[in-house]
Amino acid sequence: MKNTIAERILDFLKNYPPFNIISKKELRSIAEQVEVIYIEKGTPLFSQDEKPHRLFYIVHKGAIKLTQEDTGNTSIIDICDEGDIFGLRPLMLKENYLMHAEANEESILYGIPLDIFKPLSEKNKNIKNYLITSFASNVKDPSIIEERGNTSSYIAKENNTDLYNLQKAVFTKKPISCKPTTIVKDVALTMRSHSIGAMVVVKNKKPIGIITSKDLRDKIVTGDYDISSEAQTIMSTPVATATEEITIPEAHIAMLKHSASHICITKDGSSKSKLTGILSLHDLVVSLGSNPSVLIKEIKRAKKSKHLRRIREKVALLLNTYLEQELPFAHIANIISEINTVIIIRSIELCLLKMEGPPPVKFTWVALGSQGRREQLLRSDQDNALIFEDVPKSKFKVTQDYFLLLSSKVVKYLNTIGYEYCPADMMASNPKWCTSLTHWKQQFDNWILKPDESGILLSSIFFDYEFIYGSQDLTDKLTKSLFKTLNTDNYFLNRLAKDIIDKPSPVGFFRQFIVEQDGEHKDFFNIKIRALMPLIDAARILILSHKVSTSNNTLQRYKKLAELEPQNKDLFNSCERAFRTLLKFKTEQGILNGDSGKLIQLESLTKTEKLKLKRAFKPIKEIQELLIFRFNLKQML
Amino acid sequence: MNFSLFNFKRNSIPEFWKQYSALFKKKEKQSISDTRFVVLDTETTGLNFKKDRILCIGAIAVKGNKIFINDSLEIYLNQEIFNPKTVKIHGILKSERIKKLNEKEALIQFIDFIKDSPLIAHHAGFDIGILNAALRRQNLGKLKNKVLDTGILFKRSKHIVNIITPNKQYSLDELASELKITPKDRHTAAGDAFITALAFLKIVPKLNKDGKMKYKDLFINPMNY
Repeated sequence: MKNTIAERILDFLKNYPPFNIISKKELRSIAEQVEVIYIEKGTPLFSQDEKPHRLFYIVHKGAIKLTQEDTGNTSIIDICDEGDIFGLRPLMLKENYLMHAEANEESILYGIPLDIFKPLSEKNKNIKNYLITSFASNVKDPSIIEERGNTSSYIAKENNTDLYNLQKAVFTKKPISCKPTTIVKDVALTMRSHSIGAMVVVKNKKPIGIITSKDLRDKIVTGDYDISSEAQTIMSTPVATATEEITIPEAHIAMLKHSASHICITKDGSSKSKLTGILSLHDLVVSLGSNPSVLIKEIKRAKKSKHLRRIREKVALLLNTYLEQELPFAHIANIISEINTVIIIRSIELCLLKMEGPPPVKFTWVALGSQGRREQLLRSDQDNALIFEDVPKSKFKVTQDYFLLLSSKVVKYLNTIGYEYCPADMMASNPKWCTSLTHWKQQFDNWILKPDESGILLSSIFFDYEFIYGSQDLTDKLTKSLFKTLNTDNYFLNRLAKDIIDKPSPVGFFRQFIVEQDGEHKDFFNIKIRALMPLIDAARILILSHKVSTSNNTLQRYKKLAELEPQNKDLFNSCERAFRTLLKFKTEQGILNGDSGKLIQLESLTKTEKLKLKRAFKPIKEIQELLIFRFNLKQML
Repeated sequence: MNFSLFNFKRNSIPEFWKQYSALFKKKEKQSISDTRFVVLDTETTGLNFKKDRILCIGAIAVKGNKIFINDSLEIYLNQEIFNPKTVKIHGILKSERIKKLNEKEALIQFIDFIKDSPLIAHHAGFDIGILNAALRRQNLGKLKNKVLDTGILFKRSKHIVNIITPNKQYSLDELASELKITPKDRHTAAGDAFITALAFLKIVPKLNKDGKMKYKDLFINPMNY
């Protein structure tokens, strides 16, 4: 029977994951069971700790705000808009809702009964994979969050070099200054404590000279002047000055003209008025975002979240430049994740300063998932955890409370800088992921010894932990314990391997596309789930099976595997190459389309690009065959 | 002769109609949020109750703030009467290749679907009128359901100062645009019924701002407009 409305709902659903990977026939059966819900602004849909409904929801129109209350604080987890799915995870896992959902504006939702969706999701590997990935990292499609991040839009805006020319130079306000009579040694000490390269000498608030590191080197270290000389005797004078309105190119020219590395910013732009700021060559370079070492220096010196946020935006710019310059991709990925790591370290340092008293025991901050693998280039949400040293039982609560407070500060801080919250709450601010070494060992053991759906899922995120800050011996101990448990049980690795094999190979699908010009899957290809994940997972499990502690990075893992298994060297090398190609491809697509690059519109690709992709898919099949053989999966299939 | 035949038919009331009529005998207290409303729309060959015929009926159930896609009806009718002029509106061709029912079968399915639910339609007078005319051709009585008109409900939801022309009739398109509903599948019975259903869901909270509105209050037809 004709069903116009169900047809319309189908037309909407088919645009959004995971419904875009469901066959039309099955999707129709879903559409026919949809309940269309209208809610007014401010009306709650479900609340935290409520029993799960029989439906999960996709936003058709409007927006739904997800908030979470934690010890009296309400924080917004996400705003879901058109096409976003929410409220599915609690239904699948039969848990109470972890969040509160209410209409952020007048909204129309499609409620989808779990009864009809669940059998489909269990039958369809694609949906299952999609859900596992999205549950693990986010509540919804990871790509949607990435699309919303401002990283890529920033690139699009700033990509235009003409804009740069009009851009005002960013300078340091309230510069550190000294008096003409200040002793040079004190000048140097102040410069060191503030990690600055120059200090303005001020008389009656007006800049009369400047002392740079170069002055100290050329005049003091050489012995020409005594270390107890007054500032005025060694300062360079007069100073180059400008108004606050100076643009980047103007500043650049002024510096060249005066052969100065610093320009004093004054009220009227002359040296006869009040000093209001200082602009260094280094500030300019940072403005242009062209030098990672400068960026790292800037990060280490940053005192405020807004500084770090600005730097992070520059990192996105840097990534774009590098890709355009066709630098080796492994190199690019390395630099970008290094910078990200430094930003996180700085954030933790700054948050530690805000704590009352030092940490009671040693601790380690670790990154998880793609961040832990140092493969996160565009994406910007946080996955992290904290491990602290074991304490006597009586001290546990107070110790955990300290670190929870620290973590919640860091997590919030990182969010301010631009790393979105992990909606699945895989963050150190969650008591589950902020605990003692022994607890961590137990959690890991549990996942390994009693592997269930969620254990498999969590282990694929958490086993890619990387040390970021603190005492590395804690992570070392954890790794040792992990390998020890793995030694006692091989079934876990078999389960993991089975999970990887279950992921569909991209080749069949792709070929089908090339033949089928009007097929149902003609539009998009999910490069992450179909191509990157199998390679990532395979590398992880093989490394785990060797019980070698190495970098979590997939490229590094394949390098290591090639060393460990010389007989499979060629395969691992080709996996490494394939992974690099695919990740680069995804990153470039992301920059091009201003999103995560995860979903690739096949028709936008040239024939060469398609062939390049297809070549990169070949090793996936081969590595899966290796897994089948190695973990005896033939009979399990 | 005619008279006796009429009488004869009146005496042999079909089973489905008996069941339908029986539904209205019990009186239960009803609440707005727990009542199943049926929103409907018809596509016809024209606007004349006597001459024109129903080509399509679309109906969908609403309860609380939900529209239930699995509780919906979309039926196409075989009719001898065909009006080429209205084809451009509803787009249903005489020899459309979809499953069509004869009028009697269609009415049986329709009656079975609506049960005793209150009916909602935009400019309900027309839809109910043409359905009643069809029932009459089958020698059946009129629809017994309570009827709501979204045109009237919408006017009631507007603040008195915002009503510039009290006698204005809102078309479904105007209603949709005022309530920010994207008009899609317009002029298909099911599509229009769906738009009307959304309109109803949006109007009720506007009428019930203080949360005190009762089921029976919905049926007030204010004469002072």
